[in-house]
Amino acid sequence: MLDVCIIGGGVIGTAISRELSRYQLQVRLVEKNEDVGTETTKANSGIVHGGYDAKHGSLKGFFSAKGNAMYPQLEEELHFGFRQTGSFVVAFNETQEQELHHLLENGIKNGARGLTIISGDQVREMEPHLSKNITKALLCTTAGVTSPYELAVALAENAAKNGVEFTFHTEVRGIEKVEDHFVLHTNQGPIEAKVVINAAGLYADRISAMIGQDDFKINPKQGQYVLLDKDQSFLTDTVVFQAPENGTKGVLVAPTVHHNILVGPNSDYIDEKSDVSTTQDVISKILKAGSKSVDAINTRKVIRSFAGNRASSDRHDFIIGETAVKGFVNVAGIESPGLTSAPAIAVHVADLLKEMGAELTADPNFDPTRKPYQRIAELSGEELQNLIAEEPAYGRVICRCESISEGEIVDAIHRGLPITSVDAVKRRTRAGMGRCQGGFCAPRVMEIISRETGLSMEEIVKQGEGSYLLTKRSKDALERGGKDA
Amino acid sequence: MLKYELVVVGGGPAGLSAAVEAYEQGVRKILILERDKELGGILNQCIHNGFGLHRFKEELTGPEYSLRYIDLLKDTTIETLTDTMVLEISEEKVVRAISAERGYMEIEAEAVVFSMGCRERTRGAIQLQGDRPAGVFTAGTAQRFINMEGYMPGKRVVILGSGDIGLIMARRMTFEGAKVEAVCELMPYSNGLTRNIVQCLDDYEIPLMLSHTIVKVHGKSRVEGVTIAKVDENLRPIPETYRRIDCDTVLLSVGLIPENEITQNAGIAVDPRTSGPKVGELRQTEMEGVFACGNVVHVHDLVDFVSEEGVLSGRGVAKYLKGELETTSNFSTANGEGIGYVVPQTVNMSNVDDQVTFYMRVRSVYDRHIVRAYLGDTLVAEKKERKFLPAEMVNFKIKKDILSNLADGEIRFVVEEV
Ligand SMILES: Cc1cc2nc3c(=O)[nH]c(=O)nc-3n(C[C@H](O)[C@H](O)[C@H](O)COP(=O)(O)OP(=O)(O)OC[C@H]3O[C@@H](n4cnc5c(N)ncnc54)[C@H](O)[C@@H]3O)c2cc1C
Ligand SMILES: Cc1cc2nc3c(=O)[nH]c(=O)nc-3n(C[C@H](O)[C@H](O)[C@H](O)COP(=O)(O)OP(=O)(O)OC[C@H]3O[C@@H](n4cnc5c(N)ncnc54)[C@H](O)[C@@H]3O)c2cc1C
Repeated sequence: MLDVCIIGGGVIGTAISRELSRYQLQVRLVEKNEDVGTETTKANSGIVHGGYDAKHGSLKGFFSAKGNAMYPQLEEELHFGFRQTGSFVVAFNETQEQELHHLLENGIKNGARGLTIISGDQVREMEPHLSKNITKALLCTTAGVTSPYELAVALAENAAKNGVEFTFHTEVRGIEKVEDHFVLHTNQGPIEAKVVINAAGLYADRISAMIGQDDFKINPKQGQYVLLDKDQSFLTDTVVFQAPENGTKGVLVAPTVHHNILVGPNSDYIDEKSDVSTTQDVISKILKAGSKSVDAINTRKVIRSFAGNRASSDRHDFIIGETAVKGFVNVAGIESPGLTSAPAIAVHVADLLKEMGAELTADPNFDPTRKPYQRIAELSGEELQNLIAEEPAYGRVICRCESISEGEIVDAIHRGLPITSVDAVKRRTRAGMGRCQGGFCAPRVMEIISRETGLSMEEIVKQGEGSYLLTKRSKDALERGGKDA
Repeated sequence: MLKYELVVVGGGPAGLSAAVEAYEQGVRKILILERDKELGGILNQCIHNGFGLHRFKEELTGPEYSLRYIDLLKDTTIETLTDTMVLEISEEKVVRAISAERGYMEIEAEAVVFSMGCRERTRGAIQLQGDRPAGVFTAGTAQRFINMEGYMPGKRVVILGSGDIGLIMARRMTFEGAKVEAVCELMPYSNGLTRNIVQCLDDYEIPLMLSHTIVKVHGKSRVEGVTIAKVDENLRPIPETYRRIDCDTVLLSVGLIPENEITQNAGIAVDPRTSGPKVGELRQTEMEGVFACGNVVHVHDLVDFVSEEGVLSGRGVAKYLKGELETTSNFSTANGEGIGYVVPQTVNMSNVDDQVTFYMRVRSVYDRHIVRAYLGDTLVAEKKERKFLPAEMVNFKIKKDILSNLADGEIRFVVEEV
């Protein structure tokens, strides 16, 4: 019998798992996909918000300001990628300037730090490629950017190291309360747990309804993005939001942790939770809106577009707490700024368990750290020399766009979570994230996964069940006979 | 530190021929660095025929063509290191490279040849929208899977773009038992060589749909189909023509981009017309002692001309090392009406033997036209061709005596009606 079963391996579920791994508890996280961070957590703006935006008095406001403050230490412990770049909310006219003052006041109430309003010239002094039409901006020095999927991976790896079990390809399809515990029915058989934490993102309403708690609904709200080549990083190294006008939020232009430029998102309700397709209409609109903030966006420098869906609840705030069914906790409706809030929400959930009567005894063996990757792109000649002498695989470059070595890929595969997809390697190492988008390295990454895990080439997927890459051996190869053809 | 007279970055046909020519001109300490396990570059995955018609007057496969060059290395003092990736080159021409076997290396070079080839444009670069399932590959990746790894990437295929690699893959996939439903080409003409359209599509009854594009990819896990559409004269999809084709694979053959990260990091500017460095008649770049040839300078359609360019840079290196390379220039070149780019961008007459070959591409299909070279208002030379196609690089030779009689200035190439 588990003490706690967490449903969902997004940034919320993994953050909770890592927080609970501090204690002597039997915890398991179940995830329907093959890896953590494969849904909303992999496709968002990646901004660690300053905490001034979400309305004072809301859970969003409370947790985002608190979460923001936790990031620097978290990065030090887990090395997932976080840079405190600062952010601007830029205004182009007087009505928008008014908004800046509202945001400033709201931010102060939320406890956000590092806020000032500066002139357009000051903005351009800091970021010379921002638009001449910017009249004023709210600067927030504590805002930053992170790599959300690397964060989820780091949290999960660290939790696993501290004793949390992870089961993938495990979809919760029904939940029963039996006396003082729960039975979760999954495609992999039943799981018993005293406490269930619902962190199922877009599907949290369905999970909650399984236990009769159907008092909220999650409506998917889509956000599409384009990503620009690293050579456009000169545009800005500060996050640039546009001040809202007539109730609509503008589009952001932001650096990523890895120095690409992200432009987006739109914000439109859609019908299907799993629909993450992009459309030319929306992409064109985003590019147009984004180019208001900077000198120019060179559309020839787009390396990919993508979309993610916000788990927007009909209560318009986070839904966090024990339900009427004792022992069943919802952490639902975690739309933006959910990523920012995740570490603070996790601490809150641990406190909640205490209040619910769970015994939380600190685990003396808890290790908060995760070893950083040896990224050959960041090493000096001497460091490279030593590293390759020790482990030759670091001398073999697999992804040439991002300079990722075989050593990094092998490391990623053996960090405690099972790897079965090309995208899982890509999210951990960045192999395939550069300008050629894996055209060159995907076959080699597959070979390495196959060699290291024993999966056959045909078994390795791109991402998720059914996303096979290869169908069969080619005739030619069969004629030449055997595996080494 | 290791020291060489010449370090060649990239052991494809361009780099190989540059090294061999430099050797023949007397350069002895030469090192070729190649990141792949084998020399030969992209040719290693091109197992079809059609290489070397110009250079060897024979139809060879890609690997056969590169083997000819690799064999030539045997009788020379040229050294090669494969499985070795060049990271960057400093202003002092110190080459930094790594390999699993030797670790980190710094190599001092008197001269450097860049011959890193090119990469394929991807889905993101052409902004192909819709779902993001597995099953969308660049044609070159599919080619690598089939020809080198021995795996099939799919069974029912739609190909976007009619570049040569796409055309060749249409035939290859068919031969391997896949069904190629269509090749969609955005432009009203193909970007591939005519012979490839005939031999790879027509012979297998694969439809080439000109002025068509894919507007949406369908499928959550694996590709399940695409929506295609006809485009209007502004290349915008016409909604009334939307049509779904079921397939499990989309191959992209939508262009190649010279691979110039190392070039740019060395501080050498890239010409936006070619996406490669600006070069002179012997393929010297703006950085002294640094040369470039092959697809890294501009995308070639035939390997024969890649080798030819390699020869030029090999000669340039030899001259440079002897201190005989003139660095000034008599002419610059310009692309006028109808011409996309011209290589070389500058010419110094004292480095020219008997003629200069200007490589260029036309911007569109021209029937009954002529390409003319002007210096100011003076007609310098002209080149006739039955038809000019963007897919086929124009090879415009001008004799030295003609050029020698001209005053220095800008030579402008234009397409004109006959
Ligand atoms: C466009 C957009 C922009 C955003 N920008 C920001 C930003 O800049 N800053 C910020 O702080 N936040 C931002 N957010 C919000 C942030 O991305 C989310 O709050 C966060 O990723 C939510 O994480 P999650 O773990 O709740 O959900 P998810 O990442 O979706 O994880 C839920 C997991 O549950 C699993 N699951 C679902 N059902 C089941 C089941 N039945 N059985 C087993 N597993 C199941 C899913 O497979 C999934 O892995 C943005 C969101 C979007 C969409
Ligand atoms: C798929 C395809 C099909 C073709 N079909 C035909 C045909 O039918 N007939 C024909 O005549 N021509 C054909 N061509 C054209 C011709 O073969 C190519 O233009 C030619 O191979 C280019 O030669 P290259 O040496 O410039 O580049 P490549 O062959 O690409 O060689 C570049 C080499 O540089 C290496 N390299 C790059 N960066 C580094 C680094 N940092 N460190 C070390 N090494 C590096 C690469 O690994 C590669 O081996 C085809 C081209 C392609 C791509």
